[in-house]
Amino acid sequence: MTIDSVRGVPDTPEPAEPELVQLLTPEGERVEHPDYPLDLSAEEVRDLYRDLVIVRRLDLESVALTRQGEVGLWPSLLGQEAAQIGSGRALSENDMVFPTYREHGVAWCRGVDHLNMIGLFRGVSHGGWDPTEHNFHLYTVVIGSQTLHATGYAMGVQRDGVLGTPSAAATIAYFGDGATSQGDVHESFVFATVFNAPIVFFCQNNQWAISEPLEKQSRIPLYRRAQGYGFPGLRVDGNDVFACLAVTRKALENARTGQGPTLIEAFTYRMGAHTTTDDPTRYRLKAEEEAWKLKDPIERVKAYLVRNDLAETGFFEKVEDEAKQMGRELRDGCLSMPDPGPLAMFENVYAEPHPLMTEEQEQFAAYLASFEEESR
Amino acid sequence: MTTLTLGKAMNEGLRKAMENDPKVLVMGEDVGKLGGVFRITDGLQKDFGEERVIDTPLAESGIVGTAIGLALRGYRPVVEIQFDGFVFPAADQIITQLAKLRMRSLGSLELPVVVRIPWGGGIGAVEHHSESPEAYFTHTAGLRVVACSNPLDAFAMIQQAIASPDPVIFFEPKRRYWDKAEVDVESAPADWAPLHEARVVQPGEHATVLAYGPSVKTCLEAAAAAAEEGRSLEVIDLRSLNPLDIGTVVDSVNRTGRCVVVHEAPVFSGFGAELAARITERCFYRLESPVLRVGGFSAPYPPSRNEDHYLPDLDRILDAVDRTFAW
Repeated sequence: MTIDSVRGVPDTPEPAEPELVQLLTPEGERVEHPDYPLDLSAEEVRDLYRDLVIVRRLDLESVALTRQGEVGLWPSLLGQEAAQIGSGRALSENDMVFPTYREHGVAWCRGVDHLNMIGLFRGVSHGGWDPTEHNFHLYTVVIGSQTLHATGYAMGVQRDGVLGTPSAAATIAYFGDGATSQGDVHESFVFATVFNAPIVFFCQNNQWAISEPLEKQSRIPLYRRAQGYGFPGLRVDGNDVFACLAVTRKALENARTGQGPTLIEAFTYRMGAHTTTDDPTRYRLKAEEEAWKLKDPIERVKAYLVRNDLAETGFFEKVEDEAKQMGRELRDGCLSMPDPGPLAMFENVYAEPHPLMTEEQEQFAAYLASFEEESR
Repeated sequence: MTTLTLGKAMNEGLRKAMENDPKVLVMGEDVGKLGGVFRITDGLQKDFGEERVIDTPLAESGIVGTAIGLALRGYRPVVEIQFDGFVFPAADQIITQLAKLRMRSLGSLELPVVVRIPWGGGIGAVEHHSESPEAYFTHTAGLRVVACSNPLDAFAMIQQAIASPDPVIFFEPKRRYWDKAEVDVESAPADWAPLHEARVVQPGEHATVLAYGPSVKTCLEAAAAAAEEGRSLEVIDLRSLNPLDIGTVVDSVNRTGRCVVVHEAPVFSGFGAELAARITERCFYRLESPVLRVGGFSAPYPPSRNEDHYLPDLDRILDAVDRTFAW
């Protein structure tokens, strides 16, 4: 062992450039990978395209609503659509998702109404959807905390004794490159590997944790960390919806059949700001954004459909119109969303009655009512 | 009736809960073969298996975080934090997640997780093994916070906490683990006081002494000493800190007109401050003197050769009682 090896230069030679699983090039060319065969019908490809376009539209509309003061802030998924739709469409109904706060595309795949997310960032609720209804847990704002919940949930699935049966469920935990520095993520890797939990760790490496680039989080490619914990890790082209679908399918199936955890690093790029309150011009170059624009996740699927003549005339316009219509409905839904009412603050804090909640709620109600009496 | 130590009563309570509900899990560091460093989970892994009594990796945030996930899958995890001072790595999961998930879900989720914490000083331990962090948790909405003081309560309250659909922080007075009492291990919930009810453990007339956990016994000793001097102290074991049974407290102080609060935690910003404020609001015209607090000093918990000076003892409690009469 030399000082250099302690500092992170591996004893065994690693490929200079990490291997990237890719099934669809940025130019829309289909390529094969021996470990990840994928057979999609034309209709399935068109459905993926529609998903991608719709979630981008809903996201853009959400940004616009924020700029117009209707939403407090918005974490845009722009650029990460393929990572989210590919992994989201790999899920089975029983599988359970633990998202961060940027997984609007996965939420779409799970049938969670986008208005719920708008409600959260508008300040109407802290989440509000029923996770059991969609097998999509609530957004988690503290970075990395949800990876432990996902691991515990997966340990519960193990204890249910359903792995390898038709009721098997995999758990998937989403997090970003910044989160990989959090203790909770490391602890979840430890728990998951020690208990061989049926979980997929899906890291969207979008290169930026607000203003901090990846080199502030890691000296090695993130997927290689898995090896140190004792489970497989791989890097996938996060802008390639086919590849994200294929690798996530396989990892989920491994989990469901008792083969334990997998770390997937979806190599992608946050095209927008961290949230609408952020200003990326202060810390990154326009040229970098331009380079990633050429790897756009939607354009390559469109190119594939066109190149192989898989889309009927008017298909792209139809999808565009549908997405715009959904954007308009989202806007209407946002503008007509009722505020929760002041007494809602005391609701749902506890499952069973709590005297202090009741007392303060009654006192505050009386206080508010006193103004109505005065104005009479 | 069986004579049990407080620690053994905890063990029996856990065993009953596991027998009654297959979803109850016990998890923590060394809780399996060893039975925990205080042997509270002794024999449980042998009888219920490694799937239900889980020796976890040594990571407190991981323990509570995965317990949350298990609860979301329908289990009722009982987490052991090995010592009070080790709860802080898990504080983030407890405060930002466990306490708030129900509200975040607008009531669709239940988080029946119990976090057991052997707590308080007086055992001659090294740093971080004698602390009283209860106020951090009573300050967090969404948590229920209780403390047992005797074997019967230990047996009953742990079962009630496990049955609660809300998260419960369960404080166990570690220096009282070896105290003995008669416990009816066949008793059932209908026989027990509600989890969040305070108990008058020593009726009295001249002053009210409020305590919980390890301080209850000290206060009873103080009351016995005061009685020899003709002073009748009413001692209340709060049992539950959040929610607080303020009614029992107010009834007592309205009768006695004097109140001393005792806890091991530092007095400054401690739970006693909340009690003093609430009593002042509700008993203002009945009070003969200000509510006084006796507790740990506002310095960090000292090396153990000094802990007898730091912890509220019989003399310091009686000194405070004297001061309420001298006002």
